Amino acid sequence: MERLLNVTTGLSILLVAMILFSVRRSHIRVEYSVSWLAAAVILLVLSRSSFALNWISNQLGLGDPPLALMLLVFCLFVIVLYRLSVVISDLKDANIAMAQRIAIVEFQLQNRNEE
Amino acid sequence: MKQATGPDRLLVLIPAFNEVGAIAGVIREVHSVVPEAPILVVDDASTDGTDQHARAAGAHVLRLPYHLGLGGGVQAGYKLAYELGYEYVIRVDGDGQHDPKYIPVLLKTLRETGCHMVIGSRFQNGNSGYTNSVRAIGIWFFRLVLRPILGKPVRDPTSGFVGVNRQALQVFTGSFPLEYPEIEALVVLQRKRFQFQEVPCRMRPRKTGRSTITAVKSLYYIFHVLLGVFINVLKFERRRRRE
Repeated sequence: MERLLNVTTGLSILLVAMILFSVRRSHIRVEYSVSWLAAAVILLVLSRSSFALNWISNQLGLGDPPLALMLLVFCLFVIVLYRLSVVISDLKDANIAMAQRIAIVEFQLQNRNEE
Repeated sequence: MKQATGPDRLLVLIPAFNEVGAIAGVIREVHSVVPEAPILVVDDASTDGTDQHARAAGAHVLRLPYHLGLGGGVQAGYKLAYELGYEYVIRVDGDGQHDPKYIPVLLKTLRETGCHMVIGSRFQNGNSGYTNSVRAIGIWFFRLVLRPILGKPVRDPTSGFVGVNRQALQVFTGSFPLEYPEIEALVVLQRKRFQFQEVPCRMRPRKTGRSTITAVKSLYYIFHVLLGVFINVLKFERRRRRE
């Protein structure tokens, strides 16, 4: 268990570092880094607090704290991916509407020029 | 292309993607059948010069900045038609499968019955239609699915040879399926309690190119369209409960 918690701690720190680095390089916008950072910090805290992990494990009725940790990891990443799917869908809708609008405006401008 | 004028205010809409071999012939055929109606080709960012051929053949061309897919292209055409005040829009595919001689039949049905959408059906009046066996099974399946949702049978739900009136245009400018739009569009209209009619017409083999819906894609097509229909039914039920 201790090894798993250490690995989780290491991965959480790596994730935080990667996200901060990506934000600094403008590869990820700040608003989209929040959910990743929140997930990474939650994992970091849980992996360093056996009391919290045991408490959650008991609340979930799981006898095995590592299993509870894996379940939490899974849930956190599902939430982050869901949020990103919503964002991507919104962006795609906006992008399609904008492409259609550009085409229509170009069409009308061309018509006006021909007149 | 200017603001719509005349009693019919009809626009013929031709969505096209890399249809350089067929587009000019389709435009000429349409023009010979309805010479007074403007023809708008929505070029979905073709790379083969479809837009130039369409212009040379006498059509107006709405060229999309990048490839949006069939639904995105058709909706762009609907938006432009609505803004220019057109009363009726009849969609004809750019591959030559739809025989333009049926355009007056579709227009007459729209005008005389007051329905919001008319479908040129391959299977109406016992026609067998021109389609392959995989697609025929898909069409049969969607007929079964749509029958209870639409409240009446639809013989050819996948036909892209459709005409719409201004009310349907208004709906489609706000909500139109982006991929495989034909079936979902019917359910979108049903949510508004709009009416549709089918009229018999013959389809021809496409003049050039190949259909984008291959046998492998058919499964994805069925799943995608089923999901879209299901989501639209959920929206419809929610609206009905509020009333």
